[in-house]
Amino acid sequence: MAAFLLRRLLAVLPVLWVVSVVVFLILRLAPGDPAAVIAGNNATSEDIAQIRSQLGLDRNLISQYGIWLGKVVQGDLGYSYYLGKPVLELITQRMEPSLSLALGTALLAVCVAVPLGTLAAWRMGGWLDRALSAFSVAGFSVPVFVIAYGLIYVFAIQLQWLPVQGYKPLFGAQAGSVWDWSRQLILPWLTLGTIYIALIARMTRASVSEALSEDYIRTARAKGIAERAVLLRHALANAAVPIVTVIGIGVALLIGGVVVTETVYAIPGLGSLTVDAVLNRDFPVIQGLVLFSPSAMCSSICWWM
Amino acid sequence: MATLQRRLWDHGSVRFGVAVLAFMVLVALLSPWLGTVDPAAMDANHINKAAGLAGEFALPDGQVVGHTFWLGTDNFGRDIYSRVLYGSRVSLVVGIATAVLALGLGGLCGMLAGYFRSVDMLLMRFMDGLMAIPAVLLAIALVAAMGANVATVVIAIAIPEVPRVTRLVRSLVLTLREEPYVEAARALATPTAVILWRHILPNAMAPLLVQGTFVAASAVLTEAILSFLGLGLPPDVPTWGNIMAEGRVQFSQQPGNVLFPALFLVPTVLAINLLGDGLRDVLDPKFAKRVG
Repeated sequence: MAAFLLRRLLAVLPVLWVVSVVVFLILRLAPGDPAAVIAGNNATSEDIAQIRSQLGLDRNLISQYGIWLGKVVQGDLGYSYYLGKPVLELITQRMEPSLSLALGTALLAVCVAVPLGTLAAWRMGGWLDRALSAFSVAGFSVPVFVIAYGLIYVFAIQLQWLPVQGYKPLFGAQAGSVWDWSRQLILPWLTLGTIYIALIARMTRASVSEALSEDYIRTARAKGIAERAVLLRHALANAAVPIVTVIGIGVALLIGGVVVTETVYAIPGLGSLTVDAVLNRDFPVIQGLVLFSPSAMCSSICWWM
Repeated sequence: MATLQRRLWDHGSVRFGVAVLAFMVLVALLSPWLGTVDPAAMDANHINKAAGLAGEFALPDGQVVGHTFWLGTDNFGRDIYSRVLYGSRVSLVVGIATAVLALGLGGLCGMLAGYFRSVDMLLMRFMDGLMAIPAVLLAIALVAAMGANVATVVIAIAIPEVPRVTRLVRSLVLTLREEPYVEAARALATPTAVILWRHILPNAMAPLLVQGTFVAASAVLTEAILSFLGLGLPPDVPTWGNIMAEGRVQFSQQPGNVLFPALFLVPTVLAINLLGDGLRDVLDPKFAKRVG
């Protein structure tokens, strides 16, 4: 098993290499000049040229890529052009809010979607099943930020139960209590959870309903096993593989949602770092983020499996 | 055996999807004649007006027209109703153009990869790499790289979809190329291009069309997300995403500026998705079974 996993993980490397080339090319062929952004509005063209040579932007494309890749292999993602800090440090600093958001959402979604999907498959065509498929279609049709503003409007502005935006860290100097932390995150979790629940519930329903039509289910029922055990131990257990796969692939969907959710709720995570980096043409940060976004890793692993 | 049109029309979600989309297309085409004013016109006398008020609107050329602010005005004194209606043009164009582009590129790559074993390995590894980048991140990076106008936004949203279309078409071609009629065409020395175009493509069309509707739906959403993040079309272009992005700052006082465009956006995407579901059920029952 360990050898199998190791082989699979090694197989991810070529995919990541392609990712690195694609991202590098996209950004370097861009018309925007990071040196001009850093230099500001009053800079002379000599200033800009000097900044360009400091950043190594005056070298040719292949040697720029070579230098960057050589450092990445050693774990050095370079420095942010704009903030002057190591990219790795920026990413680790912003990791906690994004992980809190993404993991909380994933946990919430799995806890809600798997039971609902299983029950919908069990009573196919029943009211729960129909409600769930309506919810799934709707979940794929509403943009994340519309859900976000709908929730803010109801729970933060009208009812005033929860804060509108912001983030309280769980660790570090400004750490708050678990309650402070989760209070800030309830709305973001619900926001991001909607699509993810729709996705997982749909897959669970399909997968469990297929398992329920198998012969071993009939056999289990004929043996007089309790319906709950049939559903959980025979149907759901055998339907688990595609469900787990879709949870993994769905991480890519989550990442896109994280960018939007963090922007709406003013959460200082990787998503807002991405938006700032793009607006400032901060190439090393964008490269580092895309290359090491967990979804790049996860989805490439999933596809190779 | 009912005709295809009949079977499509009998499917409830196809009917709903077509009806809503037809309404949206009409609104988009007729927007200058539906009681709108210039969507970019700002009138300093009408800043943050509530929905439903009637009044006089001063156009940039000095002309004053009687106008009802059905959905109110924004903080620049622009009419939200006019902006939302004109915004439907951008969203529909982006949705359709993205689907066509993604299907074209993905269809071509998929046919090449599926038919020519020598291209397959290299092309599919490249597609794997492209697919490993989250779609929204890739679209953001591409827009940042190319600058934002309707054409570049369409390209930026289409490219992340290409690997998915490619995979689908490749898997279809892999089975289709072994069919007897393709073998027969090959035996008759039919040029490869003709085999691909006349024998393989038509048989891959149904799943491709279904995939196209889903691409269009996600394109409309992604365009709104890009605009919303301030990374999409320039803010002066009226798009649903831009209207919502501008309404964000004063959401607690004027929630309508965010919620009204959503009332158009959500039904449009819903209609495209339902149309896609229906097309899949009718045209491609095998696919429906595969995906659930």
